[in-house]
Amino acid sequence: MKKRKAMLFDITKCVGCLACYEACKVENDLPVTAEDPLQDTLSDKTFTSIEMRGDYYIRKMCQHCSDPACLSVCPVGAFSKSASGAVLYDEKKCMGCRYCMQACPFQIPRFEWRSTNPKITKCIMCYDLVKNGEATACSTACPAESTIFGDYDDIVNEAKSRLENNPEQYHPHIYGLKEVGGTSVLNLSPVPLEKLGFYANLPNERLPDLTWNALEKIPTVVSVGGVMLAGFYWLTNRKNEIKREELSQNNNRHTESTQGEKSDEK
Amino acid sequence: MKNNTIFKITFWKVIATVIIVIGLYAIYLRFTQGIGAVSNLSDEFPWGLWIGFDILSGVGLAAGGFTLCAIVYIFNIEKYRPIIRPTILTAFLGYLLVIFALMIDLGRPWAIWHAIIMWNPRSVMFEVAWCVILYSTVLFLEFSPIVLEKYKLKRLLKVVKVITIPLVIMGVILSTLHQSSLGSLYLITPSKMHPLWYSSLLPVFFYLSAIAVGCAMIIMESYLSAKAYKKQLEFSLLVNVGKWMVVVLGMYGAWRFTYLIQSGKIGLLFQPSEAMYLFHLEILIGIIVPISLLLFKKIRENRVGLFIASITVIGGFLLNRLNVSVTAFQASAGTYYFPSFLEISLTLFIIVIGVIVFNFVIKNFNVFEDIVEPDPVELKEVKPKYAVLNDLNALEQN
Repeated sequence: MKKRKAMLFDITKCVGCLACYEACKVENDLPVTAEDPLQDTLSDKTFTSIEMRGDYYIRKMCQHCSDPACLSVCPVGAFSKSASGAVLYDEKKCMGCRYCMQACPFQIPRFEWRSTNPKITKCIMCYDLVKNGEATACSTACPAESTIFGDYDDIVNEAKSRLENNPEQYHPHIYGLKEVGGTSVLNLSPVPLEKLGFYANLPNERLPDLTWNALEKIPTVVSVGGVMLAGFYWLTNRKNEIKREELSQNNNRHTESTQGEKSDEK
Repeated sequence: MKNNTIFKITFWKVIATVIIVIGLYAIYLRFTQGIGAVSNLSDEFPWGLWIGFDILSGVGLAAGGFTLCAIVYIFNIEKYRPIIRPTILTAFLGYLLVIFALMIDLGRPWAIWHAIIMWNPRSVMFEVAWCVILYSTVLFLEFSPIVLEKYKLKRLLKVVKVITIPLVIMGVILSTLHQSSLGSLYLITPSKMHPLWYSSLLPVFFYLSAIAVGCAMIIMESYLSAKAYKKQLEFSLLVNVGKWMVVVLGMYGAWRFTYLIQSGKIGLLFQPSEAMYLFHLEILIGIIVPISLLLFKKIRENRVGLFIASITVIGGFLLNRLNVSVTAFQASAGTYYFPSFLEISLTLFIIVIGVIVFNFVIKNFNVFEDIVEPDPVELKEVKPKYAVLNDLNALEQN
């Protein structure tokens, strides 16, 4: 069994050389989408973007959640998680409902809005490379050790030691260690991450648990609700039956008595 | 005489024709150049008007169907039977239109059947899909007697009659499940949704508001059909529906208010923003105004008053669904979304199609005449079944 992999993106070390951006384009066979790649944003043809936020460069890409919201919400199970932790997408299953986009806490999945046969696109953590034991294209390309790739435990330890060894350089938080139950991409930053446009209000619980809390009540609704409704029907119907019997008895009595009167007259 | 009315040009026919032409053009664009060509939807805002209005609201407005079925068949309150057919018709049509809207909104509508064989039980959407499929089937069967009678298919009619009660029970459960599930869809986005709307109680709120709007739809349909077809339920029955509506709305409002206090969000009601104003508006027209109106006996027992109250409930409901699906996401999306002209046209197109089909069915099938032979006892209690109104004003004065 393959080990769980992870990537670390260290904002303090990124020099904005865009090597990862280019490598991603080459590896995934994507066309050029912007004259100035720094202005480029995630799209159906760009799976990672480098954006300037003040003095820093940040990288946007799929964070490969441990328990991904996109995977849990997809009605046709088009998403899957590989042994290495990559979140994969199967366009053959997809029906294009875009619930994955709506649900993703990082706003990552993109859609081919101009296509008549559209699919969802996003980073798949270089699935083919990783499967063959290689590192992801972006981490191989990075000259500054800003983006690194490795076994999950090693990457977590590396992030922790960077924080410990240079506490003055970092905001003391590993983004992705606990957020939404943990992700396979960890981020280190010199300043609080919400200042750089990261989502700071993410809960630490796994997002699919939130919907599961509601979904797990379905069997109860069906069984108890079914019995309750059938019971109500039985009860109210019985009431009507009794009423009907009483009424027909009354009618009988009435006809009997009128018959009696008639016979009296005779 | 019939032909004359069909070809007569009226204001509404011109409007409807314009909407249909634009709608067809939008559908053509949608299927030749993609969803992006007709809508303002984007990667930042993947769900918009179509989901918020056509689907969330469409399903909600069809809630009259299961509410009334429960009243008549399960609780055996027979006096409401006369409006069960038009209500089931509306619900059935509503679901067909929801499916139609889905075919436009889905990126790959030809793959819609995947939901049947490619299971993901952890997905709320998966559950919604199954409920919509099953409930549409139930509605089809509940509606079928109207068609079977017309063509005198007695054997089939008997079969449908035998399974009526199980069908109704299934229908109520399925509706309960997916009316609430439409709210559950949003449980997974706690960080993206505006806190005024995000709540772990979303499924409960969706369910309660669906029942309230179901009552409002019964009142509105009854009023409109009285105007258009001179067929009308006994007015005191509608007043009762109005009272029920107040109770359900009251529970719904109280629950939402309590939730805001308990979750410490009450302060947000006083932090001015577009979202705050829309929230106020939603609560005002959807809950406060109708309850205040209907608490007055004079308004409640007035045909127009009751009608206006039910319209505000429907308006507040629509605003709620659009707030949940659009307003609540404006802040986190990073872009401002407002539906495009063609997006709105397509929604109007769907409404117009619905009205046309409804009219067609009313004219050609026995929707308002209740043919089901009632028991002699009930017949006595129910009479008069219809107050056929030749003169509306006369009744309004009563």
